[in-house]
Amino acid sequence: MAFLEGVKVTKRFGGLAAILDLSFKIDQGGIIGLIGPNGAGKTTLLNLISGSLTPTTGEILFKGKRISGLRPHQICKKGIARTFQSVKLFGNITVSENILLGSVYGKPRGLSRTNHSTETSDLLKFLGLAGKRDVLAKDLNIVEQKFVELARALATKPDLLLLDELIAGLNPSETSLACDKIKEIKKKGITIFMVEHVMGVIMSLSDRVIVLNHGEKIADGTPEEISRDRKVIETYLGEDSEC
Amino acid sequence: MEGKHSPVNKLFFICFAWLVAATLPFYSPAYVLLSITSILMYVTLTVSWTIFCGPTGYISLATATFFGIGIYCAALLGSSLPAPAVVLCGGLAGLAFGVLVGLICLRLSGFYFAVFTFGLSELVRHSVLWWEHNVSGTVGRWVTGTSITQAFYSLLVIASLSILAAYLIRRSIYGMALKAIGESEEAAEHAGINVVVYRIAFFAISSFFMGMAGAAMAAKFTYIDPNSAFNPLISFTPVLMSLFGGIERDYGPILGAFILTFISEVLLSRFPYFYTLIYGIIFVVVILFMPRGLAGLLGSGHQHKFMDH
Repeated sequence: MAFLEGVKVTKRFGGLAAILDLSFKIDQGGIIGLIGPNGAGKTTLLNLISGSLTPTTGEILFKGKRISGLRPHQICKKGIARTFQSVKLFGNITVSENILLGSVYGKPRGLSRTNHSTETSDLLKFLGLAGKRDVLAKDLNIVEQKFVELARALATKPDLLLLDELIAGLNPSETSLACDKIKEIKKKGITIFMVEHVMGVIMSLSDRVIVLNHGEKIADGTPEEISRDRKVIETYLGEDSEC
Repeated sequence: MEGKHSPVNKLFFICFAWLVAATLPFYSPAYVLLSITSILMYVTLTVSWTIFCGPTGYISLATATFFGIGIYCAALLGSSLPAPAVVLCGGLAGLAFGVLVGLICLRLSGFYFAVFTFGLSELVRHSVLWWEHNVSGTVGRWVTGTSITQAFYSLLVIASLSILAAYLIRRSIYGMALKAIGESEEAAEHAGINVVVYRIAFFAISSFFMGMAGAAMAAKFTYIDPNSAFNPLISFTPVLMSLFGGIERDYGPILGAFILTFISEVLLSRFPYFYTLIYGIIFVVVILFMPRGLAGLLGSGHQHKFMDH
């Protein structure tokens, strides 16, 4: 039984197929990178897994059970959390309240209110946000907001974390900090499925990379295999790729 | 927090205000009692409106619908049931219709929500008008069964309950979840919040109080017709009153309803010809110069936090 499995998943918007007959299997543990040119269907795939979208045909299974067709809050409670390409925070409540909501409404663990508060404080510390806990989320800069969104996702206690371009827009030092955090999250046993355009990051972090183009999988393998793949070089990486 | 805002002092003030209100029928003239009753009605409508619309920021313009349904409940049941049962029926009818409206406008937010709820409440008004005209064969109905003192006590209880409900919801995790829904439904849903259930449930809770207020208030009107029961002005007033009072504080909507109802009663009796003009000017001034309402002007401004106990 695969941890996450897609069976012949197709998503059409009108006549256009954003994802076409895509099958994939992901095992628990590790970091899986998802790359491909713009419009390849990467975010659509994350939306299908997290429940924002429902497949036109095919199905998605998580821990052997069908999740496609469930609403996002049900999928969240089963242990899948995500961040968004354009940050979606609750701007007019504080940073700690953003995270607390994830903790309370995420995967049910029968915790008391105090436990949720402790969990929130731990996450604030983990992501270096302790000093900002009582600041309204909208008053943070975009990088801090990305970290709050990550913290809120982690607060739901996911087994699978979907990251949609977390690194994009970060400067080099912020990037290396984010990479360290991603590695630490992996060590906690959380499987990470991440979309990213920053090749250096994807190639160094990922245990496995899946490449999409026009909604279809064109390559799937270790970062080394991917960087040597003719098809990937032609469609995405380009001839001068240094990966 | 110490001094004049300590919890003990607050509690004392609330008990005192309640005691004064509860003994009012024994010594106040009838017209004062009548005015206070309509103040309590607007307090109920405004406070219950803010239960859902405050945290989410979705402007509902369907208050008149739930209020009118309560009034019609009283007109239909007033002669056959005891007053408290009539009020409860009005509330339950409001609740049921609130669930229905909640379901219908589930996909709507922001501007669309406001326009749609207003359209819906006009549709209800005209439907009842049509029904009364073509099916019942009447224009209006007489409301029997209660006295003004009874209406006053009913509204005192309903207003107090709605204030208590609003207070508790605001301080609970539900209040925070409603805020989250107002900010981003998609993110709230992905954080595990059942947006559909929350939207319908809390919209229906506020409709429950509006329906009860209508049923209790019917006695004051004695004669009703669809145009007075479903008066669209009733939909706008709670919005104006909560903006005037300020929705960031618990007391804001109460204060807004109290002061604006009082002002409009005074204006109506002193300057019947300039009433709406003066009322309008007051409102323009408030919106322009105190966008966070009276509460924003009085308080330090920042809303209470959920986690500081």
